[in-house]
Amino acid sequence: MRIDRRTFARMNRRELLKMTPLIALGAFAVPPARAALLSAGERFNGWAASLWYRSGHRAATYPDSAVAPLKRFPYNYYDVLDPEIDTDKWRLKVGGLVKRPGEYTLAQIQSVPKVRQNTRHVCVEGWDVIGNFGGARIGDFLKFVGADPSARFIYVECADNYYESLDMACAMQPNSLLCYEMYGEPLLPGHGAPLRLLLPTKIGYKSAKYLTSLEVTNVVRRWGYWEDQGYPWYYSL
Amino acid sequence: MNAGGLKLDVVETEDRSNNAVRAAYEHPAVIRWCHWLLGVSILVLIFSGWQIFWAFPGFGPKIPQRDFIHLPRALMLGGWLAGGLQWHFTFIWIFLFTGVVYLIYQAASGRYRMLLFTPSDLPGVWPMVRHYFLFGPKPPQTQPYNPLQKLAYTGAVVLGVLAALTGMAIYNPNQFSLLTAMMGGFRWARVWHFAVMSAFLAFIAGHLVMVILHGWSNFISMITGWKRGPEYL
Repeated sequence: MRIDRRTFARMNRRELLKMTPLIALGAFAVPPARAALLSAGERFNGWAASLWYRSGHRAATYPDSAVAPLKRFPYNYYDVLDPEIDTDKWRLKVGGLVKRPGEYTLAQIQSVPKVRQNTRHVCVEGWDVIGNFGGARIGDFLKFVGADPSARFIYVECADNYYESLDMACAMQPNSLLCYEMYGEPLLPGHGAPLRLLLPTKIGYKSAKYLTSLEVTNVVRRWGYWEDQGYPWYYSL
Repeated sequence: MNAGGLKLDVVETEDRSNNAVRAAYEHPAVIRWCHWLLGVSILVLIFSGWQIFWAFPGFGPKIPQRDFIHLPRALMLGGWLAGGLQWHFTFIWIFLFTGVVYLIYQAASGRYRMLLFTPSDLPGVWPMVRHYFLFGPKPPQTQPYNPLQKLAYTGAVVLGVLAALTGMAIYNPNQFSLLTAMMGGFRWARVWHFAVMSAFLAFIAGHLVMVILHGWSNFISMITGWKRGPEYL
């Protein structure tokens, strides 16, 4: 079949028109649209990860021989390395959807069965380290204070003005700890003394240090120190 | 035109001097969409990946830190780590969705027969390599894709699958613990992910050189679908 030049050109133009939807990608070049699209994309990514997150699935644990020495356990901090907490006067303020709100001493938190585990801590920067951690399961502590198990979030604030929130599925995960020990010793100031979150199934910055308050809630007003600047909120591992 | 048992639409038309010229409809619209969406998302994933890698450009422990390579900052996408992550985590989904559509379409339409590298293509690879790199004679082209092209494009699909798997192993080493373990653990998964990125760079470089060498009508065929005067007709 012979097709003259003009007809062939018309066929080509029609095919070219079919490609116009690709222009939509140009939205990523327009700053306001780009910001909205990337933030939506990042939230979609977190939501997708929440679909395959298994609250009952244990985090990988490692033999003692795989644990990094304490002096090679890095710490990142955003403001001060040591917020100079007076551990004798320190209390964890617990509030929100709990039957027994109030101020809890470290001894009360330590009365919840202690768990010790060698787990991997993964920093958003890309490095990772295996450490030895001791503390109370967050799930056990929530039972201890009579938290509403149907609540959606845990929100914590810290002595260095850091703050963080996490979903209940992660809080109930058996490796998620209210951590007060590393390598069998009380936490060092640089590692979040006297109490920190230790969440092996979340990216590092979710494991907030120097906890001062913990709230069980369905409404989060602030997502987290880094999250409110553009870092992912969900970020499970 | 019969390409590996697949029929391509062929028409006879004319060039500017009214000489008869044949044209083949090589790339249906779905393939063209997929090509450009995958191309853009792979570039975004590479350069946002460089931004992410910049935060810790090594594969060992943090203490002591040994940097592996410092990639050019000018090509990084996202401005800072959080920006790089946002680009990466958004375009992962464009890449995955388009990749799945591409593979389903290739399988359902039977077009994969034109592109998929099979053992019977093996003897044809060396003559093409000799032609391109050692000024050897050009083997006659009877199919839309020669054995070396089939190897490259099949390889690119394999790279895409490996990029997704190594990425999953880094992103969720606990949820996909088996996958991460198969790769030798979290740190090795980062190495493999970086290696797949490097292989993609090599593929893209080769692909672009070939596109330039093969001229305008070859390039246009990935926009309108029609290739004027293909060698194999």
